[in-house]
Amino acid sequence: MQPLTATKPAAPRRDPAPSRWAYRMNRLWLTPLFRAALRVGLPAFLVIFIAGAYFANPENREKAGLMVADLRNQIETRPEFMVKLMAIDGASEPLAEDIRSAFPVEFPISSFDLDLAQMQRDIEELAAVEDAAVRIKPGGILELQITERIPAIVWRSPEGVKLLDREGYVVADIPARLSRPDLPLISGEGAAEHATEALELLAVSAPIADRIRGLVRMGERRWDVALDRDQRILLPQEGAVAALERVIVLDHAKDMLARDLAVVDIRNASRPTIRLNTTAVEELRRIRDIQTGQNNGQNGAN
Amino acid sequence: MTDLYQTQRAMRNMRQAAMQRGVIAILDIGSSKIACLVLRFDGPSQFSDADGIGSLAGQSSFRVIGAATTRSRGVRFGEIDAMQETERAIRTAVQAAQKMANTRVDHVIACFAGARPRSYGLDGMVELDENIATEQDIARVMASCDVPDFGEGREVLHAQPVNFAIDHRSGLGDPRGQMGNELAVDMHLLTVDETVIQNLLYCIKRCDLELAGLASSSYVSGISSLVEDEQELGAACIDLGGGATGLSIFMRKHMIYSDAVRLGGEHVTSDISMGLQVPPATAERIKTFYGGVVATGMDDREMIEIGGDTGDWEHDRRTVSRAELIGIMRPRVEEILEEVRVRLDAAGFEHLPSQQIVLTGGGSQIPGLDGLASKILGQQVRLGRPLRVQGLPQAATGPAFASSVGLCLFAANPQDEWWDFEIPAEKYPARSLKRAIRWFKDNW
Repeated sequence: MQPLTATKPAAPRRDPAPSRWAYRMNRLWLTPLFRAALRVGLPAFLVIFIAGAYFANPENREKAGLMVADLRNQIETRPEFMVKLMAIDGASEPLAEDIRSAFPVEFPISSFDLDLAQMQRDIEELAAVEDAAVRIKPGGILELQITERIPAIVWRSPEGVKLLDREGYVVADIPARLSRPDLPLISGEGAAEHATEALELLAVSAPIADRIRGLVRMGERRWDVALDRDQRILLPQEGAVAALERVIVLDHAKDMLARDLAVVDIRNASRPTIRLNTTAVEELRRIRDIQTGQNNGQNGAN
Repeated sequence: MTDLYQTQRAMRNMRQAAMQRGVIAILDIGSSKIACLVLRFDGPSQFSDADGIGSLAGQSSFRVIGAATTRSRGVRFGEIDAMQETERAIRTAVQAAQKMANTRVDHVIACFAGARPRSYGLDGMVELDENIATEQDIARVMASCDVPDFGEGREVLHAQPVNFAIDHRSGLGDPRGQMGNELAVDMHLLTVDETVIQNLLYCIKRCDLELAGLASSSYVSGISSLVEDEQELGAACIDLGGGATGLSIFMRKHMIYSDAVRLGGEHVTSDISMGLQVPPATAERIKTFYGGVVATGMDDREMIEIGGDTGDWEHDRRTVSRAELIGIMRPRVEEILEEVRVRLDAAGFEHLPSQQIVLTGGGSQIPGLDGLASKILGQQVRLGRPLRVQGLPQAATGPAFASSVGLCLFAANPQDEWWDFEIPAEKYPARSLKRAIRWFKDNW
């Protein structure tokens, strides 16, 4: 007899027991090592394997490289990173021209392509530049802050006439000494290294400045002061400034340099020596003869 | 006997390995349900602060991290009846417990109720060689026990030395190092049917698990349900299971007798099913909801809808009074208890100093059972629940889980059994290397 009220079961009741294989898989999945291998090892292996397979083809490698380069270029050429002009501060017009011609940067350029440190080193190697600061200002301006060397002295070197600054660094070549008549002149080998001392000597010699033609470095060792009328003051190696002051004092007291003498030799401080010109020597003898009388006159006649 | 030694020692080694790994499963194969608990052992660091036995009777060393129960299939009288079905049920329970524990278990300790357990008391005696009891002497005295002929197809499940005596001093727990002339031992041997064990082994192997121990269900439920003084002074634990009722007598913290009655709650259910003409599932439901063993006047008026599915209105609207239900259940429960009483008498339970009886197992939840049991078994009857163990879900703390919990305790602190002691030197082959090593150890 069929039950009238009962609802027929739709399907036979499911067996709650796992099948043998399901049970085994379940246990395998609960194994920690297996689990770690499947969750970390397998994806890692797949990624590496697929990437390796893709890059094994050189065409793909090239394509990927190109893509990276393109992307990089896109970012670098964004307007935020572009440098549009160069501003040079603190340099005179010819030096600025020099710098512009020495670093021909084609604007606009990406700031990634500018090697500022190298640029600064290169600029500082220029003779006329004492110090340089290079930076990119917001707004795409390459700013060069330059401290120029100021020429203080003219050096007639074996290679030609050069301008030196206070420390003796060569600032520029000039065609002739008369291009800068306002600056004092030094000459001789190794004069540039002692430009500071030369400037000190020149400062000390202000009372006879109108007579000084220049300083000469003798034997790369000591200074000579060359005056007009071919006069020279031979200064010692040590204490040249003091020696020159002494000569100036002598000149001041005895009007020494105005006399007809060729050389004031003060190299030995304990025995200053002067050399007279030939005419002066004859004149001196004549005067001595007059002073010593007949004898001398006879002698002189003899 | 050597074969037994081998298998039991192998199982003990497996248990050690499982403890090392820290995770072990216990499997209670009963007739009505199969329970699987996953234990995590935290290692000996847990013991360090407490001297002697740790807190919670030393069972705080483990924690239950997974628990699952499933309706048992293919198990009758506590024995495996249909292998495939049982295997599926074990798989279901183990998989669910593994899922809860979120770990994989490879080692399992199992217990079962049936297989016609039979207890034997053994005794042995040897003269001590040097008037001091050594481990070798213990091995010798155990070997000297004359093993009774327990027949073909029986296997030893438990063999525990329960008492040592030196000369006239009895009741020694550990005789090592004691002076005397004669060493005697009393042993309790429990044998079960070999085929049942083999079926169980096969099922567990089919589930890709390693068996790390076997125990009798009545023994382990005694461990969990009897409190310490009951175990010490003498008590019987009666585990009213689904298909079999196990009983174990404890004395001085040792099991001294164990037996099983092949009757259980399922027989009560089938009685109800037959008496009320309802399907077994309905009968089981009625039994658990309305069952009892002591009828009162109130029960005559309490009508139970027993229902039906035939479409016949009269048949489907049947009701039965609770008194009638009790009238069906009570004779069967009485029969079970009387059968238990017979076994207890046979064991000489009345000679024990204390005659405490503890009822546990799913069947002990019948209301009024303690009153009925005290009429049949004696005055000192109580209902026992298993010890509480750490991490056990609330649903698994009832008396039906006495043997599961007992098995946890058994796994944590196993009793020394015969095969845990040394093998006597005479048993080694004459030219064995071990024998030479032993000679060196003893003489140098």
